[in-house]
Amino acid sequence: MKYIDTEQVSKRMGTRIAKNNILKSLFLAATLFGLIVLVVLIYRVVVDSVGWIDWNFLTGKLSTSAERAGIMGAILGTVWMMLVVAPVTLILGIGTAIYLELYAKKGRFQSIIQTNISNLAGVPSIVYGILGLTIFVRAMEMGNIILAGGLTLSLLILPIVIVAAQEAIRAVPGYLSEASYGMGATKWQTIKNVILPAALPGMLTGAILALSRAIGETAPLTVIGIPALIIPFPEGIFDKFTALPMQIYYWTLDSSLVAEYANLAAATIVVLLVLLFVLNSAAIFIRNKFQQRF
Amino acid sequence: MAANSKLNRETLDVKGMIQKNKQSKSLSSITEKLIPMLLFLFAIITILTTVGIVLTLLSETIEFFKRVPIWEFFTGTVLKPMSQNPEFGVLPLINGTIISSVIAMLVAGPIGLMAAIYLSEYASDRVRKVLKPMLEILAGIPTIVYGFFAFTFVTPLIRSIWPDVAATNILSPGIVMGIMIIPMIASLSEDAMSSVPKSIREGALGLGATKLETTFKVVMPAALSGIIASFVLGISRAIGETMIVTIASGSSKNFTFDITQSMQTMTAYIVEVSGGEAAAGTTIYYSLYAVAMTLFVFTLIMNLLARYVSRKFREEY
Repeated sequence: MKYIDTEQVSKRMGTRIAKNNILKSLFLAATLFGLIVLVVLIYRVVVDSVGWIDWNFLTGKLSTSAERAGIMGAILGTVWMMLVVAPVTLILGIGTAIYLELYAKKGRFQSIIQTNISNLAGVPSIVYGILGLTIFVRAMEMGNIILAGGLTLSLLILPIVIVAAQEAIRAVPGYLSEASYGMGATKWQTIKNVILPAALPGMLTGAILALSRAIGETAPLTVIGIPALIIPFPEGIFDKFTALPMQIYYWTLDSSLVAEYANLAAATIVVLLVLLFVLNSAAIFIRNKFQQRF
Repeated sequence: MAANSKLNRETLDVKGMIQKNKQSKSLSSITEKLIPMLLFLFAIITILTTVGIVLTLLSETIEFFKRVPIWEFFTGTVLKPMSQNPEFGVLPLINGTIISSVIAMLVAGPIGLMAAIYLSEYASDRVRKVLKPMLEILAGIPTIVYGFFAFTFVTPLIRSIWPDVAATNILSPGIVMGIMIIPMIASLSEDAMSSVPKSIREGALGLGATKLETTFKVVMPAALSGIIASFVLGISRAIGETMIVTIASGSSKNFTFDITQSMQTMTAYIVEVSGGEAAAGTTIYYSLYAVAMTLFVFTLIMNLLARYVSRKFREEY
């Protein structure tokens, strides 16, 4: 008596294995698709910008003439804005994380704040723009200055910074703080001298990644209302300004009128991407160099 | 001898030492109490942000509904804010938002999921360690760059194949938005699938199933809650995405289903109106908040739904 029809089984095995292999290559192709687009995108941008990035472009003032336009004003605007965003988000983000992880009693209030933070992370950036427009620009009568833009972006990335800082604190093993308490240190002394130094690399890595998100954000700035052509360089956080992504936006929009504006937009994108690349490399460097594994 | 008595005199001032100790203790006990309060205030700022968003949106939206009946806003198919007899129907914007999100998910859903399957089930550790960070680069590119890409590369490409497509259309930004969302779906679904325990997989493989059968019949059902949650978050991301559609889809407020034509999304309307000349106090100005409120509610529902799905239907092992 024969229980297994070997011929039948081997026939079906063949198709099953073939199916597996075909779909495997399909899955691989899907994974590579994103990377191919990434390569095409970067290639396109670089090709469009060739010949347009020179000293004049990097240090010059904005202009309606494509040949004479420079983006120093936008670079300075972005840098000034980050000088607002970085300290505000670091202080508020790390402070909130310390409170939630080390001081707050596990209970209703703590879970409300926690849920609220994850909800805020899902709010579209343009809604933050409306908040910034209503509160900072209009109600506080700041106008569309660097401080208003910086505070708006700070609120936008605050949830990311908080969550990263919380994870960094959680990664510090309990025996370190227990040893500190055992030596008679108070809670704040333990936090300041033991937990924070150990968690700082993780916190900084998260904060830098969040900052690079803020640098590329455009939607909130369009809502706050950044004019298309601002010629004087900003000299402080109370000046009107433009930023790199805003300049990309305006030049891309107007590229159907003046074809060279597309090249200017591409050149500005290259500058922006280089800036992001440097920031991300710094984050990875900090993570690898200073992060202690416990 | 003399040195010894000097030492005694100095060290034996016990009273003084106690006094000193008490002083520094009371100082440190003040900081011990003040610091948590200060940090508590920091934590409150996140709550204030939410309250700020809801209150500003709500108050101005109510003002808008005093001028334009709520019924007209949600059922009107004509949006003509700048005309002599302005009409404020939000349906063209909702339509544009849904269509662009559907196109984006048709791209991002299948490709993201397949990439997740490859990374979690087929790729070796070495390959995964190379591919995953590269996909994350794709996620880190600013959306304005994708907008530029859609407008100057994808749209001309589509038009060279399909000449009916207009210079600004909803198809191209929809596709590019999908590409932007691929890493998000791939990474979240991969997390869900790789958290399915190895023993279950090995059980299926031991029974003679191929890797593909194991993936579809064992791993994916077990990870379904996480996969669905990643899709819902992807939709929420597509709804809230602004710059790609603003640049590449133009600003025509047609109520149409023709994907070759320009449509406006809720986000693009907000950019157009707030960046334009709408002065505070006009009906157009208030319509900004009504549209933003609708957008906020849409994304909030999606985010809550994602959390509900991943909690409620999670398979525990």
